[in-house]
Amino acid sequence: MSIYTYILTMAVTTYLIRVIPLTIFRKPIRSRFLRSFLHYVPYACLTAMTFPAILTSTATIISGAAALIVAVVLAYRGKSLLTVSLAASAAVMITEWVLIIVK
Amino acid sequence: MKWNEFKKGIHTGLPVGLGYFSVSFGFGAMAIAQGLSAFHATLISATNLTSAGQFAGLTLIVAMGTLWEMVMTQLVINSRYSLMSIALAQRMGEKIGFLPRLLIAFFNTDEIFALAMARREPLTVPFLLGLGTLPILGWTGGTLMGALAGSVLPTDIRAALGVMLYGMFIAIVIPPARQEKPVCIVMILALILSSLFAWIPALQQVSAGISIVLCTVIAAAVCALLFPIRDEEVAE
Repeated sequence: MSIYTYILTMAVTTYLIRVIPLTIFRKPIRSRFLRSFLHYVPYACLTAMTFPAILTSTATIISGAAALIVAVVLAYRGKSLLTVSLAASAAVMITEWVLIIVK
Repeated sequence: MKWNEFKKGIHTGLPVGLGYFSVSFGFGAMAIAQGLSAFHATLISATNLTSAGQFAGLTLIVAMGTLWEMVMTQLVINSRYSLMSIALAQRMGEKIGFLPRLLIAFFNTDEIFALAMARREPLTVPFLLGLGTLPILGWTGGTLMGALAGSVLPTDIRAALGVMLYGMFIAIVIPPARQEKPVCIVMILALILSSLFAWIPALQQVSAGISIVLCTVIAAAVCALLFPIRDEEVAE
């Protein structure tokens, strides 16, 4: 299948999710369950995508784990998105270098 | 077109544009590391403008998933935008016409939505268009830069840059998890479920897209039943 088919499918689906409520359905959602469900979706989805994938996204599981720990600690301390992202990257590089030296 | 309102929008959107540039840099580098071309990576960002959805989409493209999986995955991951669009539609009022809404819907991301809702003055079309401009440029330009850098940098540095996106996800979910116990529980549930899909041999047969969908739907539904949100939280 062409990559353009995938990209078009992604883009159209995402756009429809945004545009239909903004143009046609302008009434608020009444169902408390549905509102609660939508409130929790981003957290569930981001967590499921991050773990355990982050562990296997780098050369070794050790550097992936280092990135995870550094990011969680900094995010817990309320650091900005950019700081956390860069620190996670730095953790991977430093861990990989240390592992090469130790070997 | 009121230029004054447009400029105010540009000014408000500047920090988001800068933030998007740095984060989408990570997406570009990751897409290259997974075998996409710089052009395709940039095209994805220019047409989708969503971090989690694009990331899941990239996973499906690399795994050569079905289009049905792609639609399902985007529907679930991006379902929160429908809620934001509903809230934004209420806030915009009747003055803003159909055609501007078609444009504004394209860039209704988490951050732009938050900035639009936080504005004290009434929302106008030039303001909203200005608000979206730098984030769109930042997101698309950052992806291109990340992809180009990813093409020339050695593999280990590419992998390190790819981790930036995970870093951003973690930075988004941890602070609310500290404040709201239900958010913390939904995350723990999602974490256990996604680990099961990754490590239990029978569940490893489930494709990447569908497992993300299942983890999200199950964890969010369980927590919606156990901890329904209070009405004042909906007003935001």
